[in-house]
Amino acid sequence: MRILLLRVIAILVTFIGLYMLSQFVTYQMDPYYFQVLIECGVYIILAVSLNLINGITGQFSIGHAGFFAVGAYVGAAWTMIWQPMVVGRYSFLQMGTLHGDILNLLIALVLGMISAGMAGFVVGLPSLRLRGDYLAIATLGFAEVIYVLLLNINSVGGARGLNGIPTLISSGNLALFWIFLFVIISIVLSRNIMQSVRGLTWLSVREDEIAADAMGVDTTKVKVTAFVIGSALAGAAGVLYAHFLTGISPDIFSMNTSILITTMVVLGGSGSVTGSVIAATVLIVLPEMLRFLKNDRMVIYSVLLIVMMLTRPQGIFGTKEIGFPKWRRKQPKTEGRSA
Amino acid sequence: MEAQTAEDGGAIRIMSVLEIRDVTKKFGGLAAVSGLNLIIEPGELLGLIGPNGAGKTTVFNLITGVYKPSSGDVIFQGRRLNGLRSCRIASLGICRTFQNIRLFKQLNVLDNVRIATHLHTKANLLDSILRNTRLLNNDRELTEFSLMILRSLKLEDVSDQRSSDLPYGLQRRLEIARAIATKPKLLLLDEPAAGMNPQEKVELMELVRCVRRDFHLTILLIEHDMRVVMGICERIYVLDYGELIAEGKPEVIRKDPQVLSAYLGE
Repeated sequence: MRILLLRVIAILVTFIGLYMLSQFVTYQMDPYYFQVLIECGVYIILAVSLNLINGITGQFSIGHAGFFAVGAYVGAAWTMIWQPMVVGRYSFLQMGTLHGDILNLLIALVLGMISAGMAGFVVGLPSLRLRGDYLAIATLGFAEVIYVLLLNINSVGGARGLNGIPTLISSGNLALFWIFLFVIISIVLSRNIMQSVRGLTWLSVREDEIAADAMGVDTTKVKVTAFVIGSALAGAAGVLYAHFLTGISPDIFSMNTSILITTMVVLGGSGSVTGSVIAATVLIVLPEMLRFLKNDRMVIYSVLLIVMMLTRPQGIFGTKEIGFPKWRRKQPKTEGRSA
Repeated sequence: MEAQTAEDGGAIRIMSVLEIRDVTKKFGGLAAVSGLNLIIEPGELLGLIGPNGAGKTTVFNLITGVYKPSSGDVIFQGRRLNGLRSCRIASLGICRTFQNIRLFKQLNVLDNVRIATHLHTKANLLDSILRNTRLLNNDRELTEFSLMILRSLKLEDVSDQRSSDLPYGLQRRLEIARAIATKPKLLLLDEPAAGMNPQEKVELMELVRCVRRDFHLTILLIEHDMRVVMGICERIYVLDYGELIAEGKPEVIRKDPQVLSAYLGE
């Protein structure tokens, strides 16, 4: 009962805090910095969700932009194509008012997450047969297929992409609220999974699949579940990003993006949620900070990446975490002594 | 139908824990195991010995579903295991250790054991994500159970160390702890004493005996060091070139001419 109460308070505080922050930041912050902040949030969701697949379950996937794209395009398809078709019959779907916008955003989110999750299921299936590099290539192939499909489907604009998507998430100055709500959801979700006994079985698949199998871990189920949850979160990031940018084109979801997200996970330390969050922030902020270098910017950026990987090949955080593992380790120990 | 196959074995053997019936496993032209018959009664501590390459580990792989038998049946408590996946067999109550240690290296000792308790978790993935009271209570129970196992295997002092940092002997012991945490009915130990000095071997065998008593286990033990097995097993099967060459009490096995020639040569 006490736990439930604490939970409710924590959730309320999070909501109100995020709402106030969102209002404050939108008025006070320079639009350029605001844009960078939002981008950070989107990439944190992507990195943390890929970390579920790559870092925690150990299935090396490098096609995360594909799921990102599925979410973005399906979400945008709702607001641009499907919603206008049905709005005549269901007038409560009308956009323009705050609650109308929120309702449509939620529908877009649900659709985007479900379709990205289904894509994750489809990609997760070969992961039962493929290991390591082979799986990596298969996922990369999936992302490329999505990319080429988007380039060639005219109803979503082909290479020009979809433009004029309503900025649903900015309605009521809530952009920051929505993005960081999902940042928090993905972090808490990863943390909770990693801390439970069931989540430990995900780690066991990464550590030693044969031993995991011998301990009764259904490795097939674990892998597919990780893929579905990870890609559904990437889909959510896509929906939010599309409704923030107002214009999306296949180029946003090219192989470069996939590589960038993978780099974030590896740089932060595979398996570390904290690492993913920090690496995502660094890799988004760094190129912006290096803008004064003009043309040499990306050269320096790449050199910095190489230096970081050389000095800490296990990633910034290795598999460590800030904030939660200490608490977890202490708890059972003290209990053990008292017993 | 399954019950029927169990009864076919004769009235006395209905309740045997594991029965291997005429199992053959071929890799290409080579029969790693051929025509093997083996029965494990409840509560037994059974030894499976043989020179290197005799097919002992193959037998384990056949029981745990890593390999499928080319012919013959593996029956566990009246249920045919042929074709079941490893994880399914483990959840039915057969758990094993590995000859070449396979711990979850980056995780600490306690987590290694906690993973193995997942078969008894009543909380589903949604509970895990929501971290509700069902999960918290359940996880606490499982953690306490894991700590209990660590205590009885004298591993509690290292419970928060990374398992790959443990000394070799403790890693072996942790493998056994992890296997016990699945609450198996049948425990398969694959050369648990490999690479240990004689003193450590004696200690380990003592430990195996305690574990079997405390957790009411039936144990099948692979070992190629005869002396180790002789002291502890009640019954011994001897394999050579995939075939059963002797079966019986340690005293009998010790004197069996075929066994001696397999081990020492003609």
